[in-house]
Amino acid sequence: MWPLIKLLPTKTHVPFVSLARLFATLSLLAVIATCVGIFYPGMNLGIDFKGGTVLEFNTGARTADLAKVRDAVNGLNLGDVQVQRFGADNDAVVRFQTPKGADAGVVAGNVKGVITKALGQVTFSRMDVVGPEVSGELEGKGLLALFTAVGLMLIYIWFRFELQFGLGAVVALFHDLTLSFGLILFLRLELSLNLIAALLTIIGYSMNDTVVVFDRLRENRRKYKRMPLRELIDLSVNETLTRTVITGVTALLALSGLAIFGGESLRPLSIVLLFGIVIGTYSSIYVASPIILLWGVRRDDEPAKPIGPQPANALRP
Amino acid sequence: MLALSRWKIILVLGSFLFGLIFTLPNLLPQSALQAVPGWLPHDRLSLGLDLQGGSYLLMEVDTNALNQERLTNLTEDVRTKLRVAQINFDSLALTGDVVSFHVADPAQYDQAYKLVAGQIGGTLQGGGRDVNVSQQTAAQTISISFVPQAAKAAAEDAVTHSIETIRKRIDALGATNPSITRQGANRIVIEAPGESDPERLKAVIGKTAKLSFQLVDESLSADDLKAGRIPPDDEVLPSDDPRAPYYVVKRRVMVDGAMLTDAAAGHDENGQPDINFAFNGMGAQRFGEATSENVKKPFAIIIDKRVLSAPTIDEPIMGGSGMIHGSFTEDSAHDLALVLKSGALPAPLHMVEQHTVGAELGADAVRAGQISILIGAALIFIFIILAYGLFGGFAAIALVVNGLMIVGIMSLFHATLTLPGVAGLVLTLAVAVDANVLIYERMRDEVRAGRAAMAAADAGFSRALVTIIDANVTTVVAAVIMFNLGAGPVKGFALTLLIGVLTSVFTAVLITQVLIGWWFRAFRSKTLPII
Repeated sequence: MWPLIKLLPTKTHVPFVSLARLFATLSLLAVIATCVGIFYPGMNLGIDFKGGTVLEFNTGARTADLAKVRDAVNGLNLGDVQVQRFGADNDAVVRFQTPKGADAGVVAGNVKGVITKALGQVTFSRMDVVGPEVSGELEGKGLLALFTAVGLMLIYIWFRFELQFGLGAVVALFHDLTLSFGLILFLRLELSLNLIAALLTIIGYSMNDTVVVFDRLRENRRKYKRMPLRELIDLSVNETLTRTVITGVTALLALSGLAIFGGESLRPLSIVLLFGIVIGTYSSIYVASPIILLWGVRRDDEPAKPIGPQPANALRP
Repeated sequence: MLALSRWKIILVLGSFLFGLIFTLPNLLPQSALQAVPGWLPHDRLSLGLDLQGGSYLLMEVDTNALNQERLTNLTEDVRTKLRVAQINFDSLALTGDVVSFHVADPAQYDQAYKLVAGQIGGTLQGGGRDVNVSQQTAAQTISISFVPQAAKAAAEDAVTHSIETIRKRIDALGATNPSITRQGANRIVIEAPGESDPERLKAVIGKTAKLSFQLVDESLSADDLKAGRIPPDDEVLPSDDPRAPYYVVKRRVMVDGAMLTDAAAGHDENGQPDINFAFNGMGAQRFGEATSENVKKPFAIIIDKRVLSAPTIDEPIMGGSGMIHGSFTEDSAHDLALVLKSGALPAPLHMVEQHTVGAELGADAVRAGQISILIGAALIFIFIILAYGLFGGFAAIALVVNGLMIVGIMSLFHATLTLPGVAGLVLTLAVAVDANVLIYERMRDEVRAGRAAMAAADAGFSRALVTIIDANVTTVVAAVIMFNLGAGPVKGFALTLLIGVLTSVFTAVLITQVLIGWWFRAFRSKTLPII
């Protein structure tokens, strides 16, 4: 019985490729849905990217009276002010934009003043102010970082493998990135620098996973010169399956501790990372490899041959 | 053969000892740490502001205001010099960034040009004058503007000077271990751990504190003022004085704050807070002259273009010291004295970013981080031992050494652990396990391919290594980009991830290799426990 690894079949024969069409359709739909979502309703940008102030406070033994806070802060005419509970009953968070031309620090000070006046003694546990100069820069930097990461991954994989592999990996990367954005949209998470860091990590992980499968694919291609690409992919994915499952489960276990016990401010980061692990694993099997199949790959003994138009049974040995 | 060369064993033991010694200070309570002999490291992990509580402030030096002020000064300088030389001029004006004037008497045109070209402006570092003077002979006008390098040099100076001034002010406030650094061309980052009241910190840092004494112009009638007929050498300033909402004062500054040697909060005869100040020798002389020429006239005490009060000069003040009355509280008098003493900022500072975390919230985050790391690690240990048995145990040992090494390296290099950094640490544990999984799976492949246990184990290490490195390069690339992207917390995440990936490849490959080698030697097993 123990170690459990003995329970897993030594050789799996899951026909991954035959399900590729179905999953490709699902993936494509999810990607399209995300792309639509980015325009409508649009990303929920945090203050890192749109500027503004977040003020978190604690009312001690009393329950925070949100209506009172809302009235008090609205009296300052700051436009759209959000007041929300944050975790416990005595914790609340206020978000607002600094009016044009006003000093962000002064406005934040005024808001603190009216909250204290409305509720009595409160503890301001956190305050983040991002001015418009900085948020504009951060938005540019964040996007640049994501694109640079994807670009460097392409160069790296092109350097280590061949172009077709690189394309497969990068399409998988965009797939993972888009769907992670989709998750952020779906859960209405606030897009912050932390989440950009999570996305960059996902890019790294997704690539890591793809590289492991590709490594095996390249090795098997040399070993079984006559095997059709479709079977070669199935074989390689199956051979690396145990590793994929164990590593994936390990990462999920480690991160779930973080998501549950890591506190409010790390939760979005851990949720996006958890999703990224799952989607990164999925995409190595169902996005990166099928792309290679579509494009074809140069074999030592034959020219590159896309297999699209041929009847499926012609591929069987 | 799993060759256990001596250097491998030394490396493994060395890394374990290194991790242990440098991690230890973080595990001991403060009292026990003091008992540790001096030759052992005492440095602990430095926690980011989001974990220990504190304020991060990003201030921007207002270079536009700085340029405007330099141009205004240039205009006034031209006016004074021309008057002193008794040159007849008119239409002296500042348009855009060019100062120009018209010489009324053609006979004086050349003299005016020589004067301006020779005496106006200063010299640039590295030679050359910092102004361009050009003459339009037909129109009998002369125009002066700063050369482009001058603005850059002035901004550079202003930032350096601001940093010095801010440091003086923060030290006087008594903040612990503040860090003040330049960022980019015109920004300053201030990180002050543990400051309980960021508002006061901001108020003290951000106050320009330009002090000047200027005469009040009493000749102006209320009608003139209403109609906006203000003479060119007067200005109207708002006031904190309850007797008048604003004052009309002469532009000419009698004495300014640059000549102050001391300022301290005190109390007047009625027990109201006030500020006592003292000038240096030259300031005292000027102050004495100015007050003796203007006895029985009111003069305005102005800070940052606001009149604090406008007392009447009863008699010449010759000693070079005096008092400033105003509507102060104890705290505001103390803070104002503090900023006056530290000197004025060369240009206004604007806050463009702030992150403040209360100490209590930071402590909560540390607790939450510790719990999630412990739970994450425990889950990984249980799972990997369940999955791979004895070899899983070896991987778990490697993971412990990995954790020690990461914390040790971070303590040694004073790298900052932030809250997202905790997430990076957790993720690193998973990445480290991945290397072992790759190795073990490769071993199983090799056994299936017909190799004997030991040969399979050996091949597992050597053949998985390429894949491990390949796979980790991607994480390194992502981490490096992240490090260059962001502010404190994200940098912390990137750094932890980066250090973690490097150490985990090392520990997962080398430590398990040595452990498995020893195991083979001790038990001479013919099979692998993972088959």
